[in-house]
Amino acid sequence: MVLSYLLIITLWNIQITDREVKLMERITKERVKHIAHLSRLELSEKEVEKFAKQLDEIIDYAEQLNELDTERIVPTAHVLEVKNVIREDKARPSIKREDTFKNAPDHEDGQFKVPRIIE
Amino acid sequence: MAYETIIGLEVHVELKTNSKIFCGCSTEFGAPPNTHTCPVCLGHPGVLPVLNERAVEYAMKAAMALNCEIATVTEFDRKNYFYPDNPKAYQISQLDKPIGEHGWIDIEVEGKKKRIGITRLHLEEDAGKLTHVDGADYSLVDFNRAGTPLIEIVSEPDLRSPEEAYAYLEKLKAIMQYIEVSDVKMEEGSLRCDANVSIRPLGQKEFGTKTELKNLNSFAFVQKGLAYEEERQERELEAGGRILQETRRWDDQGKKTILMRIKEGSDDYRYFPDPDLVDLTIEEEWKEKVRAEIPELPDARKERYVKDLGLPEYDAVVLTQQKSLSDFFEECLQHEAPPKQASNWIMGEVSRYLNANNKEIQDVPLTSEGLVKLIELIEKGTISSKIAKDVFAELIENGGDPEQIVKDKGLVQISDEGELRQMVNEVIDNNEQSVEDYKNGKGKAIGFLVGQVMKASKGKANPQLVNKIIVEEINKR
Repeated sequence: MVLSYLLIITLWNIQITDREVKLMERITKERVKHIAHLSRLELSEKEVEKFAKQLDEIIDYAEQLNELDTERIVPTAHVLEVKNVIREDKARPSIKREDTFKNAPDHEDGQFKVPRIIE
Repeated sequence: MAYETIIGLEVHVELKTNSKIFCGCSTEFGAPPNTHTCPVCLGHPGVLPVLNERAVEYAMKAAMALNCEIATVTEFDRKNYFYPDNPKAYQISQLDKPIGEHGWIDIEVEGKKKRIGITRLHLEEDAGKLTHVDGADYSLVDFNRAGTPLIEIVSEPDLRSPEEAYAYLEKLKAIMQYIEVSDVKMEEGSLRCDANVSIRPLGQKEFGTKTELKNLNSFAFVQKGLAYEEERQERELEAGGRILQETRRWDDQGKKTILMRIKEGSDDYRYFPDPDLVDLTIEEEWKEKVRAEIPELPDARKERYVKDLGLPEYDAVVLTQQKSLSDFFEECLQHEAPPKQASNWIMGEVSRYLNANNKEIQDVPLTSEGLVKLIELIEKGTISSKIAKDVFAELIENGGDPEQIVKDKGLVQISDEGELRQMVNEVIDNNEQSVEDYKNGKGKAIGFLVGQVMKASKGKANPQLVNKIIVEEINKR
């Protein structure tokens, strides 16, 4: 589970934000730590090492895509042929407040309770 | 050394749609916490956001009113960040293909016109509201606001002073009011402003390091915060220091900006196209339909007031700043009010009352018809302008028909010469000293005598006539 999550955000990280850094880039331990921090995941040194290696292998695997010529292909955001899915601006009833908190670890006075946010 | 200030503003405007941008929860302000939430805006897994058509149209309208080019294909992206104001751990926003780009608006500061560039305008969703409980080890989150449609309007770094920034923000607010896409109330958070500020030695081409200013949640704070930051940066550089790229906030009690955090490198938001939302194509036909709905904007209205109504430039600026007041003025014109008189009343007594009571024109019982009738009563000489102020006070508090108020309170101006002559002679008899003074060349004495007659008539005497009669009577003696 953790691995797949890390993989997803790693792929975003490499492919999307650092567009100039293509798939060629190796997964360093620093990168794993950085990504884990962005996702607020706590990893042990051993895990960092393990995931760095695994992620690297997965990237290797994905690199096969580089064999394809994508020169004249517009970056694809969606594989669906669908566009312009919109709805009319109509308000409908929200869910009951007790249902709102069903999945919440904690709540108080009708609000979600979270660890203190330090400004 | 002389410095130049460079300011760019990022303004968020909440759109007044009925429902949220990606779900049908109400956007109403002030509901009990978390009563306007559902699995979509709470970020539950497996839900599908569906775009609100009106939010798109409002964003288009705003972009058009700001002279932007409108995208033909636009898409939504996820901006990933981890903070409890957002249950999904990402905000749906627009990165590469915003709805509008390359726009501009004109501002005017101290009589000088200036064009300010608009870099982009994009649609996004608002976050929830966090409350920090004093002394407690937890915070509370209300997601009613999460998912409210927002437009973010980014200006070019074209502003050169806090005054220009203020004028820009005021113009932006007026335009949003005119096109009716938002309440644009800073105190309710439907208009929010962040600023990027830097300074550079006059003549230098490169920009200096900028700081980001947050918490500018009133027009006054924007001006004060920017003025302080301008000075702080200059002090820092003059002392041989350097400006760090940091986020600061305006502290109104301390009258200074305070460091919030230092930015190291750019934020790592890992934007990517939202797989849940498909591309949106805006056909020419749709654009034209929305464009046709854009009403006369403040600049056009201002020009018309000067050109067609012959109002002074100053009046035209003040009248068009706020849509509600300008609309009220328009109504007065429909009731055939003399423009300058109506303008004087609206900029004077009406605005004074509204500001003093923190009200908007639609909150008071005064109608445009009432005001126009009042003006007519003065023009016809039925009441003096002094009495008119009393009638106005009654009108704006309780409404009603000015003619009836004048009748009921017996406020009709006394213009009967015989009656006035009698009053004048009484006053002259009792104020021999003033008469003497006047005869000795003290012109001021006449003012005192007029005042006495006005007092005796309880303000109802026609002052011009009184003045004339006093002179006549004194000369007779």
